[in-house]
Amino acid sequence: MHYCGANREILLGSRIQFNSEDSQLMSKIDNSKRKFLKTSAIIGVGVSAPLIFTNAHAAYRNEPKGSTVTFGFNVPQTGAYADEGADELRAYELAVQHINGEGDGGMLNTFSSKALKGNGINGKKVVYVTGDTQTKSDAARASAKRMIEKDGAIMITGGSSSGVAIAVQGLCQEAGVIFMAGLTHSNDTTGKDKRANGFRHFFNTEMTGAALAPVLKNNYGTDRVAYHLTADYTWGWSQEGSIRKYTEAMGWKTVQAVKTPVGAGDFSQYITPVLNSGADVLVLNHYGKDMVNSLTQAVQFGLREKTVNGKQFEIVVPLYSRLMAAGAGEAVKGIFGSTNWHWSLQDAGSQAFVKSFGQAYGFPPSQAAHTTYCQALLYADACQRAGTFMPSQVGKALEGFKFDGLGNGPTEYRAEDHQCFKDVLVVKGKENPTSKFDVLEVVEVTPRAQVEYPASMLGGNLGPYNNG
Amino acid sequence: MIKFNVKNKDHILLIGFIIVVALAPVIFAPIGAGYPDLLQKFAIFGIFAIGFNILFGLTGYLSFGHAAFLGVGSYTAVWTFKLLTMNVIPALILSTLFAGLFALVIGFIVLRRSGIYFSILTLAFAQMSYNLAYSVLTPITNGETGLQLALHDARVLDGVFGVTRGEGLPSTTLFGMAMSGWSGYYFCGVVLIIMFYISLRIFRSPFGMMLRAVKSNQNRMSYTGLNTRPYTLAAFVISGMYAGLAGGLMAITDPLAGAERMQWTASGEVVLMTILGGTGTLLGPVIGAGVIKYFENIFSSFNEGILMDAFSFLPEMLQHAVVSITGLFVGEGWHLTLGALFMVIVIFLPGGLMEGIARIGNVTRRWLKPKPVATTEADAAASE
Repeated sequence: MHYCGANREILLGSRIQFNSEDSQLMSKIDNSKRKFLKTSAIIGVGVSAPLIFTNAHAAYRNEPKGSTVTFGFNVPQTGAYADEGADELRAYELAVQHINGEGDGGMLNTFSSKALKGNGINGKKVVYVTGDTQTKSDAARASAKRMIEKDGAIMITGGSSSGVAIAVQGLCQEAGVIFMAGLTHSNDTTGKDKRANGFRHFFNTEMTGAALAPVLKNNYGTDRVAYHLTADYTWGWSQEGSIRKYTEAMGWKTVQAVKTPVGAGDFSQYITPVLNSGADVLVLNHYGKDMVNSLTQAVQFGLREKTVNGKQFEIVVPLYSRLMAAGAGEAVKGIFGSTNWHWSLQDAGSQAFVKSFGQAYGFPPSQAAHTTYCQALLYADACQRAGTFMPSQVGKALEGFKFDGLGNGPTEYRAEDHQCFKDVLVVKGKENPTSKFDVLEVVEVTPRAQVEYPASMLGGNLGPYNNG
Repeated sequence: MIKFNVKNKDHILLIGFIIVVALAPVIFAPIGAGYPDLLQKFAIFGIFAIGFNILFGLTGYLSFGHAAFLGVGSYTAVWTFKLLTMNVIPALILSTLFAGLFALVIGFIVLRRSGIYFSILTLAFAQMSYNLAYSVLTPITNGETGLQLALHDARVLDGVFGVTRGEGLPSTTLFGMAMSGWSGYYFCGVVLIIMFYISLRIFRSPFGMMLRAVKSNQNRMSYTGLNTRPYTLAAFVISGMYAGLAGGLMAITDPLAGAERMQWTASGEVVLMTILGGTGTLLGPVIGAGVIKYFENIFSSFNEGILMDAFSFLPEMLQHAVVSITGLFVGEGWHLTLGALFMVIVIFLPGGLMEGIARIGNVTRRWLKPKPVATTEADAAASE
């Protein structure tokens, strides 16, 4: 923050110089044109002086010149995804502590790359600013812009909605800073709408479909009729598309897919028609509080006690998180879904993260917390390895980067689409939870090879890096 | 002594306005608002509120659906960027025109009613437009994700004039000048000044007088044999065009159009801005827009760490207590602060912030000009 003030002084200095140059120039010009020139010079100085604010002889946007570097954490603090946002922020605060060498170091100790030494990044201490995305594209872009333009953030990260992630990713590309996507599950983030300055650690709906379909086949058979309720935005569409693609390939039929508005609260009007549709599986392409509400209501309506077409009625929630499962309570028991990470994993990385998160906040982290913590660490590590914060150099350090020890096993940041590839967890709501956090059990760890797809499949174009 | 007539006062107001717009980066820096994105928002929502005030402040017709015109303007501008050119002038003109057309159609229908019925009709229309943009018209609006530029957009005019295609996404320009950052702000600022001037002229014109007459007693106007519909429709279309222009500017400074811009909460926001600043005043809506956008962007960014720093001069126990109380009103609690402020203003200053400014002006004038004792007492008695 100190550096901002210093910067302004330099700029004011340069403005004064500018003025004196102008007056020297003016003395050589004859009197008649003087007034006109003077006015235009004043206007010119007035207009151009603030312009210098933005590109103060920096090699790239927001180049850190002082002893600190600023991260921008853009998370939903209000709205349907506020729980996830709060957990993301906790994880970021933890990550900053660990990068700066405070606390127990968490996953830095298990991370395969040893570039970070616990003394900040490139000798600079990490500080951060926060913003509220409100899970709205406009609000998210406004708060990201504030952090970039006013607070000098070198990198923006966070978010719990794909619509927001895509919007903010586009903004970061234009502004010339790196965007480390938070919880975003739509294919489009690293598919159709991918950008060079954007990176995603979280998995996507394509991987969910590929991992979940075999488990559904083993448990529910190949002769099923599905009814989709879909959150009406990019993630919902993407999720519905992927699940339909993989379930229809194994013989399921899709009787109907209904779009529901995000944050609807009451889903009863959407659930009633399911009873008479002839479907025997309900797929809830919902997330956050929407999923909690729709699942709870579906269970209250007695869907799971029904027998349709001679088969037990089933509900599937393709994207699960511990926060949602806890919110839905009893309703989640025995329901299948997929998740990026779960706190009960037994590898050293996960255990280290759960331990330090638990010590700081008193409960285990969610998958949103995990992915954002990883993103902050991965960015910091890439900057350290690149020896600079310049987006193009940092991006190059992340492209094709193979790492381990961050809770997902061996993982790779694919260079072609800036998407992480790793194993996918298929989970089920636990029948006999031992605590209020122990609500999901891992049914299967689907290996990376089974969920991998060619980068060209989802279209889109990264374009060149923008350094601002 | 110089005698100020209305015209002179207006000139001073306009000049003062221009100076504030030009020096905004310096003026607003101490309160943390001196950065381009927020100043652009001040200007854009200022235009939106000025336009809204032409309808609400002059005719008294309270529209709850103005965000629909803002949205139409944004979508039009982004489509202009995609199809025609990245130059902002066509986008600005087309977004204003389209919003005007849209306002003409909607206004023709909803102005058959006045008062609360008019408000509800506009609300219904805006909500309809929002839902259309959100899901039904997804091919045109790209639904919730929002309409964005793509690498392979047609951009016919750019092709004709031989603008070279870069490797990355193009950015909006005014004949080569980038429309983001400070140049973007000054572009918005110039448009704001022009729109402010137009509104000033409307306020002072016979047309403006007619609109005020509609507000004070529409029945009497009708009984004198005057058809008020053309006047109210004209005011409705003009304010719709202002909104469209604001929407176009939003897309110019940030080429993305999302459906949430058309939601009823966005329509409600402009009503708040106008009432907060002062309905029917020239400057009020701009001030109201600035206050609300400031709260939304700056107050919401205060987190616990910043509060801890701010109150670090207190003893630790007290510091934690103060932070936990004030913490409720900043960060995600900014709506709470805004709500409280709005209530205080509506109760104590029904004329909005402008009334507050006028009162302060009166008080200082009385202090600066000490009068003979007898007159002051008489004044006091008269004012009581």
